[in-house]
Formats: sequence, C-alpha cells, structure tokens
Amino acid sequence: MLLKNTWNEFIKILSKPRSYLGVGALTLLIGIIIFAMKADGKSIISFVTASFEQTLTFNGHILNGYLIAFIILQMLIVHVPLLVALVTGDLIAGEAAMGTIRMLATKPISRTNIVLSKFIAGAAYTLFIIIWMGFLALFVSTTIFGTGDVIVLNSDGLVILPEADVLWRFGAGFCVAFLSLLTVSSLSICLSAFAENSIGPIVATMSVIILFTIIGSLDVTVFDTIKPYLFTTHMVSWRSFFEDPVPWSTIRQSVIILVAHNVVLVAIAIVRFNKKDITS
Amino acid sequence: MTTEPIIRVDHLAKRFGTFEAVKDVSFTVNRGDVFGFLGPNGAGKSTTIRCLLSLIRPDAGKVELFGKSYANERSAILANIGSIIEKPDFYRYLSAERNLEIFARISGANVGKKDIAEMLDFVGLGDRGKHKVKGFSHGMKQRLGIAQTLLHQPELIILDEPTTGLDPQGIVEIRNLILRLRTEQNKTVVLSSHQLSEIELIANRMVIINKGKTIVEGAVKDLLDANDLQVRIETDDAVAAKSVILSAHPTIEVTQLNGRELEFPVLKDQVHLINQLLVNAGIPVHAIEPKRKLEDYFMNIISSEHVA
Repeated sequence: MLLKNTWNEFIKILSKPRSYLGVGALTLLIGIIIFAMKADGKSIISFVTASFEQTLTFNGHILNGYLIAFIILQMLIVHVPLLVALVTGDLIAGEAAMGTIRMLATKPISRTNIVLSKFIAGAAYTLFIIIWMGFLALFVSTTIFGTGDVIVLNSDGLVILPEADVLWRFGAGFCVAFLSLLTVSSLSICLSAFAENSIGPIVATMSVIILFTIIGSLDVTVFDTIKPYLFTTHMVSWRSFFEDPVPWSTIRQSVIILVAHNVVLVAIAIVRFNKKDITS
Repeated sequence: MTTEPIIRVDHLAKRFGTFEAVKDVSFTVNRGDVFGFLGPNGAGKSTTIRCLLSLIRPDAGKVELFGKSYANERSAILANIGSIIEKPDFYRYLSAERNLEIFARISGANVGKKDIAEMLDFVGLGDRGKHKVKGFSHGMKQRLGIAQTLLHQPELIILDEPTTGLDPQGIVEIRNLILRLRTEQNKTVVLSSHQLSEIELIANRMVIINKGKTIVEGAVKDLLDANDLQVRIETDDAVAAKSVILSAHPTIEVTQLNGRELEFPVLKDQVHLINQLLVNAGIPVHAIEPKRKLEDYFMNIISSEHVA
C-alpha cells in the first residue's frame, strides 16, 4: 500500500503546475548565470584573482565549465529550498485545503503510510531538482566552456583542484546538497501536518531557514552551543568536498545531523497526522 | 431483510475544546438497511459520521463496524466502506478517470480501467472520464463521488449530506442512484440529510439526534405510523364538507383554512373513506394533499426536546 500511494503522490506532483515552477525557475536562473559568464566571465574572474596576482600568476583555462558549475551551486543552493518547499509544503496541507485528505484518510491505508508516501515522493522531487540542477550546471557549462582545473576561494585561501580530481567532488557535493534539501522537504512536510492550507507551511519553512541562518551567522557566544545543531549550519557542507584535504570528519558530522533532522521531522509529522482529527 | 448489525455505536462522545459536539449517541445499523441519520444543524451528525470513518477519534463510547473496532482492524474496516463526507472533493487538476484510479489504487481491491469505465457509466459520467474535474458541476462531482464510493465494491456506503447544494434534478438523480444501490447492489447505506423527504422516500430505518444525543431510533414506518397523517382537502364548499366529516367522525379535529380548504389529522387507511364520504354527499373533492409526515414528526421531536 505504501508503494501504491507513493505512486499516487508522484502522479499528483507531476500533475500540479507549481511543480514545474521550480524546474522552470532553476532553468532560467542557471541560463542567466551561464549567459552572464559567457558575456563577461573573464572580467568577473579577473576581479576575484586580482588580489592574488601580485604573488601568483594564473595560466590556463580558468573560466571553465567546472568553475561555473561550482559558482552556480554556490549561488543557487540558498534559493532552491523555496522551490522545494513550494511543492513539499503543499503535500499534506494542500490536501486538507482541497478536502481530499478526507477521502485519503477513509481509505484502507494507515496514516503513517500516507505521511511516508508523501515524504518519499517529496524526496524524489527534491532529488529530481538536484539532478536537474547538476545536469544544467555541469553538462551545459562544460559543453559551452569546456573543462579545466577549478580554483576555489576558501576562508583559508585559494585551492586549486586538478581537472581529473573534480567530478567525484561534484558527485559527493550534490549528494550532501540533496540531503540538505531533503531536510527542507521534511521540515515543510512536518509543518504541513499542522496546517490546513499550504501557504502557512511554505512561509513557515522559509522563516525557519532565515531565522536559523541569521542565528548561525551571528557571532554571539550564547548561540555557539546551538549552532552546530541547526540544519542550516550544515546546508553548505557540500562545499567541504572542494577543500584540500577533504575534511571528512566535518562532513560526517553534517551528514549525521542532517539525517537526524530528517528522522525527527518525519517522526513528528507521523505522530501529528496520526493524532489529528480531520475536520476539514 | 436480515437484522445482522453492521454498525454499532454505543454512547459515543466527542468534545472539541470546551464544546461537546457529541454527548451520547447510540444506534445500530443492520445489513441491508438504508439508514437515515437525522438531526438539525449542529446536532452532531457530521462528527458522529467522521467517528464512524475514523476521521475523528471519539473521547468516549464504542464504534464497531462489521463486528470490528478501529483500534486494531482499521484497514479491514475501511476496505469495506465507501463514503462521501459533506461533499466529494477531488484533485481538480486531474481527470475524473485519473481521480478514480488514484482512490482505487489504495482501496484494497483489484480495480481495473474497465471497472472504472463501467462505474463512470453507472453514474452517468461515461463520456466525461477524460475531462478534468475542475470543469465539473457540483452535481457531476456528487455523481463522481458516488462512483468513488462504489468502485471497490464495499458492503457499506456512508453518505453525509449527499444532496447539499444540488438542484432539484440533481437531488432526484442522487436519490435514484441510492435506490439503485439498494435494489441492484444490495448495499447497506447510511444517509445523513437535511432533506427529510429524501429520508422518508428511501430509508427503512432512522435515528434522530439533537444536541449531541440520540432522541429516537427505529423503523421509519413504525415511527411515522404511530402518528396521524395531517391531510389538507380542497372542495367547493368547505363548510358543508366539514359538517359531513364531523357527522361521521365527531372526534376528528377539523380546521377550516378558508372557504374551500380543510385540514385535519387522520389515520392513513381512513383517507379514502373520507374521500368517499364527501363524494357520496355530493361534495366534489378537488385535491387531497398529505402534509410531509417526517417533517412534522421531526419538528415535533425537536421542538419537544427544546421545551424539555
């Protein structure tokens, strides 16, 4: 029954126009970034490398597809949560608003399975968004700009990653980025279980992300103890794969915290939905 | 008709915050019944029906369907129920066919495309299967709702206010569909409605609840036959007609409404005798019109509750 309802959820997501908003927005944004890089990329790169040019000389194909994919990922990972929440925040609350939740809850499928099937479908949508973003960022960028070594500016300084050592980093980076967005998806599904319309969970999800991000960026001692446990702190962990050496223990910790968030949020959604009186 | 109970509701109670929506509701529905569930607005009908479908958890009391309880056999119970609660809501962005496919997939039964097509035909939507639901009228959605309830061949159909918002033609269509469920498919139907005439026409048993409590339960015929029928008669001469009736039946309380109309309570099997009496006395009878029996019965019950 779980698989059957998950299939139903896929059909619903694929049939809703809002599901294509995210894909369309992402395509447009990446298109704009690639166009900007094609039009004026060299001067942008020169601006970034200017401060190093007194001590270093840069040769070769710096403005390449890998670098642009990195820039795209860095720029868009902040905005993609909204596109994800737009769909996943609607999964339970949207059904309550439409009244179809009554029809669902009177079928011989447990409420736990209803929530789990929505989580799985939401996860699949999130994965599709990440794959689409990866495809556009990597495939299109490398097709237009070619490949080359990647120069990444970290807090410790410049890191130059050889071309042959880059693809696996993107693969792993996209996996961790997926886990970050999955947490956003779980958060919005969880909030969706408490709401009767989809606007509330979508706005609440974005509010939580903004609030946690601000707390995470404030240099205030009282917040230091909670910062490591905020999922927003770990949403940029994908970037750690572009450090040399790769800080595996930091990445492992981020993965554990993100997975824990997902488990707790889905568990809360299941408990809430099981206890909920459906009066809509 | 058997008297095997298919639903047993025993001292059901449900509170929302400080508001007691249902205080003490009990009734039994037998297999094969078309069971009317009546009560004024706010009586607790929808809350009770939602408890029957596990949408709401009762605070107290017992709900048993098919001899099972939701605590440990929820899926088995729901697999045997088809329902419409207040109004059937569908995924507006999907076609009628696709909506039925979605609900059929999780109904616990093996329902194929052919079954869906047949069911759409049964409810008169055979040519609208590919159309998106967002373009459907309220009546069409109600019919699609009926299709959805029947798709997995459940034993029990629960319809909460199925005719709300329908035009007269839609009401007749839904009524005929329910009658077909009983006669052609031998379903047990629980029907909550404000349309007392609907219940009177199609239900064999009923319960009336008010202020969250059961007021009366029983066979519709038994409950109604316990009371006189109120009849309005139209003649050429109301004064003469009244005199003829009172000379033969001095205990009847005849009210003269105007120069042509009389109204009085009478037993059902005496109506034709009164008609014959007037005709034999040379008083032409232009119309004999029974007032709504269930409506009167319902109003008496509810108003006596208010007085109490």
